Amino acid sequence: MTELIRLTAAELAEKIHAREVSSTEVTQAHLDRIGEVDPRVHAFLHVDAGTALAAAGAVDAGLAAGDAPASALAGVPLALKDVLATSDAPTTCGSRTLEGWVPPYDATVTRRLREAGVPILGKTNMDEFAMGSSTENSAYGPTRNPWDPTRIPGGSGGGSSASLAAFEAPLAIGTDTGGSIRQPGAVTGTVGVKPTYGGVSRYGLVAFSSSLDQAGPCARTVLDAALLHEVIAGHDPLDSTSIDAPVPPVVAAAREGAHGDLKGLRVGVVKEFAGTGYQAGVLRSFETAVDQLRALGAEVVEVSCPNFLYALPAYYLIAPSECSSNLARFDAMRYGLRVADDGAHSAEEVMQLSREQGFGAEVKRRVMLGTYALSSGYYDAYYGSAQKVRTLVTRDFEAAFASVDVLVSPTTPTTAFEIGERTDDPMAMYLADLCTIPSNLAGNAAMSVPSGLSDEDNLPVGLQIMAPALADDRLYRVGAAYETARDDAAGGPLVHQVPELEVAR
Amino acid sequence: MTRTAELMDYAEVIERFDPVMGLEVHVELNTNTKMFCGCPTTFGGEPNTQVCPTCLGMPGSLPVVNGKGVESAIRIGLALNCRIAEWCRFARKNYFYPDQPKNFQTSQYDEPIAFEGYLDVTLDDGEIVRVEIERAHMEEDTGKSLHMGGATGRIHGADYSLLDYNRAGVPLIEIVTKPITGAGERAPEVARAYVSALRDLLRALDVSDVRMDQGSLRCDANLSLMAKDATEFGTRTETKNVNSLRSVERAVRYEMCRHGAVLASGGTITQETRHFQEADGTTSPGRTKETAEDYRYFPEPDLVPIAPGRDWVEQLRGTLPEMPAERRKRIQDEWSLTDEELRDLFNAGAVELVEATVLAGATAAEARSWWVNFLAQEANSRDTELTALAITAAQVATVIGLVNAKELTNKLAREVVRGVLDGEGEPAQVIEKRGLKVVSDDSALIAAVDEALAAQPDVAEKIRGGKVQAAGAIVGAVMKSTNGQADAKRVRELIVERVGA
Amino acid sequence: MPNISRNEVEHLAKLARLAVTEDELDTFAVQLDQILDAVAKVGEVAEADIPPTSHAVPLTNVFREDVVRPGLSRQQALSGAPAAEDGRFRVPRILGEE
Ligand SMILES: [Mg+2]
Ligand SMILES: [Zn+2]
Repeated sequence: MTELIRLTAAELAEKIHAREVSSTEVTQAHLDRIGEVDPRVHAFLHVDAGTALAAAGAVDAGLAAGDAPASALAGVPLALKDVLATSDAPTTCGSRTLEGWVPPYDATVTRRLREAGVPILGKTNMDEFAMGSSTENSAYGPTRNPWDPTRIPGGSGGGSSASLAAFEAPLAIGTDTGGSIRQPGAVTGTVGVKPTYGGVSRYGLVAFSSSLDQAGPCARTVLDAALLHEVIAGHDPLDSTSIDAPVPPVVAAAREGAHGDLKGLRVGVVKEFAGTGYQAGVLRSFETAVDQLRALGAEVVEVSCPNFLYALPAYYLIAPSECSSNLARFDAMRYGLRVADDGAHSAEEVMQLSREQGFGAEVKRRVMLGTYALSSGYYDAYYGSAQKVRTLVTRDFEAAFASVDVLVSPTTPTTAFEIGERTDDPMAMYLADLCTIPSNLAGNAAMSVPSGLSDEDNLPVGLQIMAPALADDRLYRVGAAYETARDDAAGGPLVHQVPELEVAR
Repeated sequence: MTRTAELMDYAEVIERFDPVMGLEVHVELNTNTKMFCGCPTTFGGEPNTQVCPTCLGMPGSLPVVNGKGVESAIRIGLALNCRIAEWCRFARKNYFYPDQPKNFQTSQYDEPIAFEGYLDVTLDDGEIVRVEIERAHMEEDTGKSLHMGGATGRIHGADYSLLDYNRAGVPLIEIVTKPITGAGERAPEVARAYVSALRDLLRALDVSDVRMDQGSLRCDANLSLMAKDATEFGTRTETKNVNSLRSVERAVRYEMCRHGAVLASGGTITQETRHFQEADGTTSPGRTKETAEDYRYFPEPDLVPIAPGRDWVEQLRGTLPEMPAERRKRIQDEWSLTDEELRDLFNAGAVELVEATVLAGATAAEARSWWVNFLAQEANSRDTELTALAITAAQVATVIGLVNAKELTNKLAREVVRGVLDGEGEPAQVIEKRGLKVVSDDSALIAAVDEALAAQPDVAEKIRGGKVQAAGAIVGAVMKSTNGQADAKRVRELIVERVGA
Repeated sequence: MPNISRNEVEHLAKLARLAVTEDELDTFAVQLDQILDAVAKVGEVAEADIPPTSHAVPLTNVFREDVVRPGLSRQQALSGAPAAEDGRFRVPRILGEE
């Protein structure tokens, strides 16, 4: 049974739909694996075997009755980031303030997964309200990197990425506000995609920074990510910022990429994302990846995007500003943690005390930073200027995409760092998102695909591919071509090199 | 409320100061659903039964703009002679309060959908005052709190509160005037007339129930006084909770007298929110703004900008009904009325009836005379409304037609109308039943004239002698003998004829 | 440019409804100062003639039909409430104005 958990989602779907194996067996295999390794990894905040098996059973029953599968992924189980509303399971966002809160509604992504016959194994751990790059900011304790349990699995979606690398789930959902899908993907040797902003509905995604948040697929292969992308993407009238256009043909692009070459493709290497602050092994892995793209027939040129260097400071103004407003609703009045309601304290005092107790340090820091940046007298210098940088970053992308089809860079400057290493130094922590943030500001599509191990520490490195808005399919074509070439050269998928985890019995 | 404020005599206030007003009116739209979600807006539902994740501000929920709300906002803007933004956004107004589920209000800030307009307001004596409109913008209403425990049921002294979010998210249009200066003594009257005119206009647009008693139209009145020699506005207070037209007038007047007393005694006005007390017509201080509120406005990232195309705006302009003020002007011009006549016409509530009577063939003067004079008196003596009288505009037009055709005298016509009002049927049936035809047969009249002349030979002699004015007595006698059914003019002609013969 | 004082941090905490501790005030004052110092860099390139971008995708006029959509039952609405009474959310006494 254990070999089931090593299969890709595409392989599992094929076997389930051919009735070689049941969704129930596949789901149970993953639940078993979670039982074995999650005490060590802590990828999950909540596992609901009953709901997952019921969904799997429904798929099996449908297939047995001769029904066509509800989707290409029907029956393949998935791990859902705990920032997406589920009407049958707590949605905590990794925060004490929402401990035990069960939303009375499903997120659109959740609904689409259910309609596609995808059993949801449970909710994955994350930095509180998606604020962080290491999953250390979860109120429920950190998630560990399956490559090295003393290291972080990336963040904020460290639970989702770790669940894939630990073979607890073949698929996961993440959300990416400044890199929270791609950076965890990079440091766990998995694939993560931030679709074009507006490509996947945000309805039911608990907002961190509304103008940047985007849910997307996490998987172990580019094709699996594409299959999941097609299930969750598409217009949603409940999200005003949802794009009312057909989903780019991502699955076709992934299949084409895996079989084709990259002749005629122009690839731009972002000049600014190299140099000091970048781990040498990361840069070497990146250069090897660029050589591989060249070998596949792509024309590689260097491109300058000077304003990308201002993306990180702009992000650390825009995201905190929006979050200071988005998180104001956690006031202990209608839901969530309430403390000091003893008849003596006023509503205002109860709000203050509850928020103080319900939020962790990083959340408070960002809420205060955002409150400051939006204050009259500071707005123009901070929030206003950050929005102008956003324009400049978008212009850099436009200029670059006028001459190249995709841009590439390392996903993150370093490999996974030690748990605790950066917790007292917010600025050092923020650097983890240096390369991923520009695409959040501009809203275009970006992917991280494993580019091997950094030679000095044997930890995974990610190659970031960036495409214009609505050209998500380009990511999959390039990503799949690169993945195939890399795996062929390395003798197999990177993720299969994850060390065996200690198994709890 | 317990401590009565010092008040200055109103005449003295006017003598020493110029009042400056600013009126902010919040109008709840009568859309089927809320501004940003599909919950119903009906008034008076069971608590928390008209709610969803969005209007409860639940984590993960998102707003979507109600297109009808935008349409109503644009129509209101056009009716207020405003410019309509080519491009505008919603913003978040951040402040914590338990009736505000997200702890921010989704509102418009520096980019209102409508701006720079005006409303012409007619005062009781027919004077027209132009009130400049600064802006009309879209926003959402809050929930309602019920304060429990304590003695008063009021917020002060309450033990806890209960919240109902049915009203949270109901579409509001906030209409803000520019400072209204120069109204002087008439400031309270202008304030009232403005809110009244705005209410009529919103009703004509059919965008709101405009029920001040139910809170679907709410007015906040800002007031400050300027000393006669001052060049800058004084410190203002903002009076809330003004729930009727009469209260608008009283609140402004009260604040004028209160400000006057404070300023005259060398004090300063505190910039604050005040609450109007309906019971005694006073205002009491609410929250003092120690530090200016910092609402940390920023563009609402969950909603995309609104860019009303000019074709859409023009199409909406085409849907505007005739505005109350325009209508007054048109009627005055078309019917050549003096200001007083116009005022009487409107005060009698006879405009629609006169219009309908004109449409049925009468002239405006005739129709107006009937409705504003005779029929208004009838309504009065029958203790009913003009519109409730049992006669149609068409019937009145028929009677007027009969008078013009000389088939009825004015006196007879009045009797016909009374018959209709008494339920005796159509004018023709009343004429038939009551035998009210004008006697136009000369032979019958000649006999009556001859008889009257014979009965008063001395008068006949005078007329014969050239004193034609003496004929009045004979006319009277003839009218009497014919029960008033004779045409007096014809009778006079016949008298002269018969005397001369 | 920034040099955020402990008092300012206290004011921010009040605006943000956070009953921060004395220790937190000290830590946050230092950290916010560092962060603000770093992010103030945006001022270097934010020229006056550059239009701000508030939204990642250039959409406009996204409207909903004015048609009632099923919402939550009262029970669902109140399901996560820390306290409820008579179908309403029960909250501690509210200070200040209505
Ligand atoms: Mg307002
Ligand atoms: Zn609602």
